[in-house]
Amino acid sequence: MTLTIPTFSLISIGPWLTLALGAILILLVDALSKGRKTYFPYFSLAVLALAAFQTIDLWGAQSTDFARMVYVDNFAFLFYLILILGAALTILLSRPYLEEWGKDMGEYYALILFATVGMMMMAASAHMIMIFLGLEVMSIAVYVLAGFFREDARSNEAALKYLVLGAFASAFLLFGMAFLYGAAGGSLYLDELAKRLTDAATLTKPLTLLAIALLVVGFGFKVAAVPFHMWTPDVYEGAPTSITAYMAVAVKAAAFAAFARVFFLAFPAFHVNWHMLLWVLAVATMTLGNVVAIAQTNIKRMLAYSSIAHAGYILVALVAANQLGAVSILYYLLAYTLMNIGAFGVVILVARKKDSYLNIYDYSGLAYQHPGLAAGMAVFMFALAGMPPTAGFVGKFYIFSAAVQAGYIWLAILGVMNSLVSVYYYLRITVLMYMRPAEADLGPIAFTPAVTACVIATAVATVLVGIFPGWFYDLAMNSVKIFPSL
Amino acid sequence: MLINYVPVLLYMGIVVGLIGSIVLLSELLGKKRHTPQKDIPYECGMDPIGDARYRYTVRFYVIAMFFIVFDIEAIFLYPWGVIFKDLGWFGFAEMAIFVFVLVVGLAYVWGKGALEWE
Repeated sequence: MTLTIPTFSLISIGPWLTLALGAILILLVDALSKGRKTYFPYFSLAVLALAAFQTIDLWGAQSTDFARMVYVDNFAFLFYLILILGAALTILLSRPYLEEWGKDMGEYYALILFATVGMMMMAASAHMIMIFLGLEVMSIAVYVLAGFFREDARSNEAALKYLVLGAFASAFLLFGMAFLYGAAGGSLYLDELAKRLTDAATLTKPLTLLAIALLVVGFGFKVAAVPFHMWTPDVYEGAPTSITAYMAVAVKAAAFAAFARVFFLAFPAFHVNWHMLLWVLAVATMTLGNVVAIAQTNIKRMLAYSSIAHAGYILVALVAANQLGAVSILYYLLAYTLMNIGAFGVVILVARKKDSYLNIYDYSGLAYQHPGLAAGMAVFMFALAGMPPTAGFVGKFYIFSAAVQAGYIWLAILGVMNSLVSVYYYLRITVLMYMRPAEADLGPIAFTPAVTACVIATAVATVLVGIFPGWFYDLAMNSVKIFPSL
Repeated sequence: MLINYVPVLLYMGIVVGLIGSIVLLSELLGKKRHTPQKDIPYECGMDPIGDARYRYTVRFYVIAMFFIVFDIEAIFLYPWGVIFKDLGWFGFAEMAIFVFVLVVGLAYVWGKGALEWE
């Protein structure tokens, strides 16, 4: 028997290796040396920066590697950069918050890096099994992070709920892949699936549709689409605030990366069948997210429902399934990363004393005591509501233009109406901050340098990316050229 | 067309039939000798009847996880051993990386004191 060993180049997965090695190093140093270590956040940021440089260095490549299991293309690279940005901003937010809870441990940073590796694997998968592998690498790290405050009952609840329901959703995804394997006659390569499924359509179409439905359940869970959103409010509320921010932006981005690639590459011939399904999901997700967010008085819960609504907007772009739609997914995820992490940064600054101030009425009169902080929060709220000239507006503009371009006029109308609903609860925070007197003395807020820098940077970036969307639009346009069917 | 979904229905039928026949066969073919020991509902060595909210040491889980991790390592080592010569140094390097990652995990739990039994 002779074995042919496939050729591969480690450089094409360089960013993964850098992050994984960095995380392993953190674990070893943390376990094998004594004393408190303060340099892990800096080290993690350095590792993320190195991975970003490697990604930029790879930019422009268009191939597959590791026996066609991994895509080396700009679509993956752009997602790498968004994910690295999300992870880096999360790490900036974390240190003082973790110290407050007495949980500034090396594992935290290692797990964030491991989760980011999993997300990158999902964004670059060329094979269903790679998607599953990436999903699990990401999810297991995030389950642990959600329960990172071991002594806190709500953090425990969040981790357990996320773990049990997440495992269930993974099973759906895997079952969908199994059906797909049968329907395609024994292949799970994304680029082969399209042809094989179409050729065998007369025989195996029901099987394919069943597989598509199961995949929608699996991905829908990870992006928190209605009706698979039940876990979101509890998990987002109970998890450490920095991890909530990370889950809302990075996990969602990674899941949408895989979602978009699978549906654009493997199922273009079945668009007739899945567009209606996702249409209904998108409308339900936007509507439920926005309407229920109105009733929330806990800021983390409100942002959880808002993140459900934003998943709905991105689903609109997925339904449109044209080039602008794919571009708008990328743009919206970048905008959402900036504005949402910024908003959670403000939440962390205001919450203090082990999250004592999470009620939205704690924000009353914030503008009189801390005008800068209130201005920052106002920028994020306007951006999340989709007001010009912020990135949130341009993102929604792209998404709804894509829907109109593809002929989904009603979907665009419903989306815009949902944005109007969302204005109510986002602007309520602004109104509380600027037009109400403080209900009680808020007391001093400790403006730690890293968190303050993160909030300022995201606020400025939210506005700048909104005023100058062109450069990112070009990057995204360049990267979605890999989808021949769009 | 609903008729197209007959294979799916058939599949579900096979699943139910397989489970049913396995249960039925073990009921029919199995020996039915009852001893007091055998009649205890056996679940991982613990008496499952009683209050569910009693505390037991977290080390059970650590040991269980260790077992799974190194069990899987062994499972991967066997097929590698069978085709060791064909894979050559490439396979050796791959396996070394795999074992290295597991050793990192071992070093981590060791350093954290999870192996101390007191």
